[in-house]
Amino acid sequence: MKISEIATLLNAELYTVNHDTMTDIKSACSADLMSDVMAFSKENALLLTGLINPQVIRTAEMMDMKAIIFVRGKKPQEAMIELAEEKRIALMSTHYPLFEASGRLYQSGIRGHGF
Amino acid sequence: MGQMIIRDFDIPANDFSVAGEASSTVRKLLSQLGVAPDRIKRTAIAMYEAEINAVIHGRGGKAHVEISGDKIIIEISDEGPGIEDLELAMQEGYSTATDSIREMGFGAGMGLPNIKKHADELVIKSEKDKGTVVTITVNF
Repeated sequence: MKISEIATLLNAELYTVNHDTMTDIKSACSADLMSDVMAFSKENALLLTGLINPQVIRTAEMMDMKAIIFVRGKKPQEAMIELAEEKRIALMSTHYPLFEASGRLYQSGIRGHGF
Repeated sequence: MGQMIIRDFDIPANDFSVAGEASSTVRKLLSQLGVAPDRIKRTAIAMYEAEINAVIHGRGGKAHVEISGDKIIIEISDEGPGIEDLELAMQEGYSTATDSIREMGFGAGMGLPNIKKHADELVIKSEKDKGTVVTITVNF
């Protein structure tokens, strides 16, 4: 799925413009613990999380992830948006909780790699 | 890549907004040098974990990086409290992190084991009240 399609599916607000609009996201990882994302996640292009801080973007960068969705209506601060723009990572915010956002993506064919 | 490339970075204490900047710079550099993506990812994860550790536990520190044709050696040093029981620290799930660190999404006790998993070689030298030096080697 393209980033714009994911945003539509999850009724999400998209905060960045400098990301790869053509990238085809096939897999995702949902976690609030960045330690676990780094220890267990494998080739996942999308991160769903309820954690909001700059280290979420750093973690996604190190893991070669293309997009981050903040769940439960959490919104990133300006500094985080700037950092994400610089790293070409898409930032989105959805009102769905983590379980439901993950479920909707799974139903649309997104799978998880890792663990 | 004939010549060795050397880079040095400061890792500021307790500044979570810039934690990871050194790892990010090294990641970018390796990409420009044409290193294989899976090797870059291993390096980035291992270095980032060590950098976060220096911020969380070591009151900040320094990173010294040497890149040659066939490998990267990363030395992250701090003058923090040191690791009292290294064997215990290497166990998955063991952590001395405070609640404020856990609120940042870290402190799950996965850092050192995860560095070990991604590095081809890991050497940790630590002395109580003197500090810790973590040396990570990733072969290309």
